[in-house]
Amino acid sequence: MNFSAGSRWAFRLLMAVGLAFIYVPLAVIIVNSFNASTVFAWPPREYTTRWWSDAWHNTGVRDAVLTSIQVAVISTLIAMVLGALLAFALSRYRFFGRQTLSLLVILPIALPGIVTALALRTAFRTILGIELSIWTIVVAHATFCIVVIYNNVIARLRRLGTSLEEASMDLGADTFTTFRRVTFPNLRGAFLAGGLLAFGLSFDEIVVTLFTAPAGVTTLPIWIFQNLFRPNQAPIVNVVAAALVLLSIIPIYVSQRLAGESTGGGRI
Amino acid sequence: MTSQSSTTAAAADGDRSARPPAVTLRGLTKVFGSGGTEVVAVDNVDLEVVDGEFLTLLGPSGSGKTTVLRMIAGFEISTSGTIRLGGADVTRIPPFDRDVNTVFQDYALFPHLTVQQNVEYGLRVKGVGKADRRARASEALAGVRLDGYGARKPTELSGGQRQRVALARALVNRPKVLLLDEPLGALDLKLREEMQVELKALQRQVGITFIFVTHDQEEALTMSDRIAVFNKGRIEQVGSPAEVYERPQTQFVAGFVGTSNLLTPQAARTLLGQDGHWAVRPEKIRLLAEGEPIGPQQRSAAGTIGEVVYAGPSTRFLVDLDAGGRLTVVQQNLRLSSTDVEHYRGNRTLLLWDREHEFRVG
Repeated sequence: MNFSAGSRWAFRLLMAVGLAFIYVPLAVIIVNSFNASTVFAWPPREYTTRWWSDAWHNTGVRDAVLTSIQVAVISTLIAMVLGALLAFALSRYRFFGRQTLSLLVILPIALPGIVTALALRTAFRTILGIELSIWTIVVAHATFCIVVIYNNVIARLRRLGTSLEEASMDLGADTFTTFRRVTFPNLRGAFLAGGLLAFGLSFDEIVVTLFTAPAGVTTLPIWIFQNLFRPNQAPIVNVVAAALVLLSIIPIYVSQRLAGESTGGGRI
Repeated sequence: MTSQSSTTAAAADGDRSARPPAVTLRGLTKVFGSGGTEVVAVDNVDLEVVDGEFLTLLGPSGSGKTTVLRMIAGFEISTSGTIRLGGADVTRIPPFDRDVNTVFQDYALFPHLTVQQNVEYGLRVKGVGKADRRARASEALAGVRLDGYGARKPTELSGGQRQRVALARALVNRPKVLLLDEPLGALDLKLREEMQVELKALQRQVGITFIFVTHDQEEALTMSDRIAVFNKGRIEQVGSPAEVYERPQTQFVAGFVGTSNLLTPQAARTLLGQDGHWAVRPEKIRLLAEGEPIGPQQRSAAGTIGEVVYAGPSTRFLVDLDAGGRLTVVQQNLRLSSTDVEHYRGNRTLLLWDREHEFRVG
């Protein structure tokens, strides 16, 4: 498409405004985490690392971080196993109800989080009669983490096609050897990228967590939510938020690199 | 090697019946889909491929030739009929337990492995020791003129080089039969012609039975000991390139292998005094020079030159016969140039061919 110089500049301006709208508030959070003023006078007159050291020594924050990591790691691992198996079944085999199953797997990502959360809470407490614990959070998180893994793996399986697997079997490798030596190595990037995304999703999830966490178990997003309106905690909330921003960039960056790296060469 | 090349030479001499079959297909049928949407891809095919033969399955896309190849490899299970490799029935045996190897149309090289590892793959999964594996793979790579390329990744190779890696990867296993699924399709014309010669030479040298799938009639005619012409899931004719080209048994074969040059039934009656469909290959017909006598074994037909197409080494004349219908005549451009050619259009002419070159089809 061709645009006049004037409209090109208009588009550039729009893009700049859009990006600024997203990133300026994030930058403010990070700058404020070093702002020496407890009421965050803007622009900051003095800078300090005191809030960072306070946050580091705050046991509430530490416990919340550990709980979040625990939940995210376990639910991601469960989702990686189940999501990859699902992707294999749905892309490599033809069976009755295949289309329906594929829809049912993706649906949780489209359903409103609060509905999923409520449904899971009801199922755990009323129907199954299970006490809420860290494990109910793990299971709840795994339900949406599966979708991310499934999507990544099935997209890669589709692009990979079946000819590499056929070539492997043609050369004498049975089904298991073919998976181990050919399919999985070509899938690994997408699989790990999906895992990192799932970890990120679980790490900052709040709605489902609120509904499935027992009293006394606090993940990091819940800790932020609980301390948001306590003025004396405000500096630490800022630090935690800033740390979360930096921590979420890492898995996304790595997962993009992984997803890109093994597709760059294309299919041979 | 010497004994193998002599048996291959024997195949060309038509001494086929004396040697054991490498592949036997009996009543082979493949139906895709189910219920109301069934498609018969392969319809009751019988075929015998003898040891050391270069056999080509030739046909248009959708004619079932690739499905036959995939059933021999074991990627598709036949709906009915049997496949025997050597003496053994392999109809229900999975691909990894069959002594055949395939060169795929898209090469299907493993992108995460080096060239050397690709070629070693078959030996590795069969448990061949490291030293032996390495030696045989290097030898196979040398055999396709790729020594020194072992450490590269497939992405770092050209199309022709990938093609040769795929060949080495299959041949290093010394299979009884090598299956090739349109392996030259992705190469440009010059490379394709080079590879045709190279493949044929390689096959003579290793003495392995080759079953080659293509839709390119020229490729089939150049390389094969025998050609099986496929149409709509069935074999229309099996024979040597010369038999298939000079004596096509059906209208389809006459049209698909070489240029279709059918006489209309009316023209056949007027010119040959015969009923039915008759044909003459375009290069067997000449434009009669002025005052040239017509021999008793020759046939002539009057007509008007409709179109003239200059094609470098040759020129195609499309001649409308007085007796009805149109014939294509191909002449080598011995003296003609592209500007002379233009003057022929609309001229009256007399066509000439030897009687032995006319043949009945269908």
